[in-house]
Amino acid sequence: MSVVARFEVRYTQYLDSQGRAVQPLPEFAREPRNLVPAYRAMVLTRALDAKAIALQRTGRMGTYASTLGKEAIDAGCGAVLEKDDVVLPSYRESGILFLRGVSPHRVFLYWGGDERGNVFPESPRDFPFCVPIATQLAHAVGVAYAMKLRGERRAALALAGDGATSKGDFHEALNAAGVWQLPMVVLIVNNQYAISMPRRRQSAAETLAQKGIAAGIACEQVDGNDVIAVREVVGRALERARAGAGPALIEALTYRLSDHTTADDASRYRSADEVAEAWKHEPIARLRNWLVANGAWSKEEEVALQRECTARAEEAAQAYLDTPPPEPEQMFRHLYARLPAAYRWQRDAACGAIAEANHDAEPQPR
Amino acid sequence: MPSLNLVEAVNRALARAMEDDPRVVVLGEDVGVNGGVFRATVGLLERFGPGRVVDTPLAEALIAGMAIGMAAEGLRPVAEIQFAGFAYATLDQILNHAGRLRHRTQGRLACPMVMRTPCGAGIRAPEHHSESPEAIFAHVPGIRVVYPSSPARAYGLLLAAIADPDPVVFLEPSRLYRLWREEVADDGEPLALDRAFVLREGEDLTLVSWGAMVREALAAADALAEEGIAAEVVDVATLKPLDEDTILESVAKSGRCVIVTEAPRTCSFASEVAAVIAERGLTSLLAPIERVTGWDTVTPMARLESRYMPDVPRILAAARKAMRYR
Repeated sequence: MSVVARFEVRYTQYLDSQGRAVQPLPEFAREPRNLVPAYRAMVLTRALDAKAIALQRTGRMGTYASTLGKEAIDAGCGAVLEKDDVVLPSYRESGILFLRGVSPHRVFLYWGGDERGNVFPESPRDFPFCVPIATQLAHAVGVAYAMKLRGERRAALALAGDGATSKGDFHEALNAAGVWQLPMVVLIVNNQYAISMPRRRQSAAETLAQKGIAAGIACEQVDGNDVIAVREVVGRALERARAGAGPALIEALTYRLSDHTTADDASRYRSADEVAEAWKHEPIARLRNWLVANGAWSKEEEVALQRECTARAEEAAQAYLDTPPPEPEQMFRHLYARLPAAYRWQRDAACGAIAEANHDAEPQPR
Repeated sequence: MPSLNLVEAVNRALARAMEDDPRVVVLGEDVGVNGGVFRATVGLLERFGPGRVVDTPLAEALIAGMAIGMAAEGLRPVAEIQFAGFAYATLDQILNHAGRLRHRTQGRLACPMVMRTPCGAGIRAPEHHSESPEAIFAHVPGIRVVYPSSPARAYGLLLAAIADPDPVVFLEPSRLYRLWREEVADDGEPLALDRAFVLREGEDLTLVSWGAMVREALAAADALAEEGIAAEVVDVATLKPLDEDTILESVAKSGRCVIVTEAPRTCSFASEVAAVIAERGLTSLLAPIERVTGWDTVTPMARLESRYMPDVPRILAAARKAMRYR
């Protein structure tokens, strides 16, 4: 018997949970002030998240999926995406979208039950939130294929959760990305839970990253609570992809500090002790400690930032609440490029312009 | 003018669309080097290259999902699913994404894709190769469903489907692929995607069908003519959206209607056509609406498929029953 292949999965961390550097930092982090924008984005994401939950708890928003705990992943990805790249998010990636320029009130609109929340005028090629699990990974294959076919220097970044790695769509997409060496990065946000299902029961694999090995694509693990590590690892993978060096799978380790959604009660399946332990590793305090220790962040700046983020969250909430509900006609307006004649009476009936019972009294002219 | 069978007409339409529009790409299992298991894509790889004629890994959900991504990113993908029995794996993508993308982004992203699949029984194929899933797809909002019944209509409807700005499921009756030839101009002219075809005129009875069953309906109309019954034959062709008016105008004239599909009876597309006639054409009916369908059973394997599909005798029996009402 002989060994025909050997594999390894690398793990990257720069800052430990206390915010101390555990190895020499990448070039962009040599000047600590360079990380201030990421810090600001993370704090803003958390403030918007708190506001969304408050809106839901007070009956002014529908079911909402919190981003609490994954702010470093969103900020790290947002920092290295280029304008012409395409992001294919799951439903928990609002933080990246904010960094893509999407107005926070859009995200509130989406969770408030309004399709206009998926209109991103600021990043028009990015995909809308994807609620079915892992299906967006197949879309990313098509997007990346189109980029490669046209010889463009762009990449697709698709994000999905740890549960998504159990689905066929995940494996089908990675496999195809490998076959065609597509400019595509799949980032698995391993937040340890797929609703109630803990990571250890989702898969017997030691890491989720190693699932990329079977597809023949580069794969690695990163501390998803360390924004420097996320930025470095995702940035490198995207750059390789844009340069034609092929796809990558990145597993970012984090912890879902919130319930799955506002409709969930995580205390049914995990202990308060476990959550308290996870808070010790959360990404924002870690980065702040590092910034402060390196003289790149002051108490005054922190106070001002908190005030600013609260104001922006209020502003986004107000913009959402001030948006009048869509007209019923909106159900039909973008169903097709041009609504087929066969469905026009339904639109008119939905809008109250005609009585539903009378629509078929006489055959209608074409 | 070339004389083409149905699968050759599909091939010509694909080549024409790829020639006219560099955004058009063809993808699917065995569509490249092999030219498709039915040879629908034969010669395309040589003409247009591996970038635009894509042999995919064996993964139907991926093929559908990938086509959505390509379409949103500005290509015009035409995906082939090798047999309709394998198209069910694409439903998640077609239903949750293809039919919704334009709506849920309020027009920001669109999904101009075509998903072609051979379908229907009658070629003595293995299990899972003979389904006729039109009703399942016709239930999905935001898409179109097309099911041609002749080489010329397959050509024109496929060109229209590829040019259409929205997703189209294009069902090709494999039983008709090589059954006969007809003159097809190959002029790049698309047909309308929301218009039924009246293939034969008659005042006594309306036969409504689509796909391979249209040929059975036409043969039944010939037999009825010998009995002195003038049957009109309507090929629905574009099931979604449905051209209700052409069917209703025919029924208004004849007062009697037989609807023929090879799919299982319950919730079949024949049920939808019957409901439309009942809602909008009741006062012109002289007899109950008849449905001649596949049975509510699994599509059988080869040895029993002829006992499953509607045929001329079953259509004639239904037509004669409809004619007995005075």
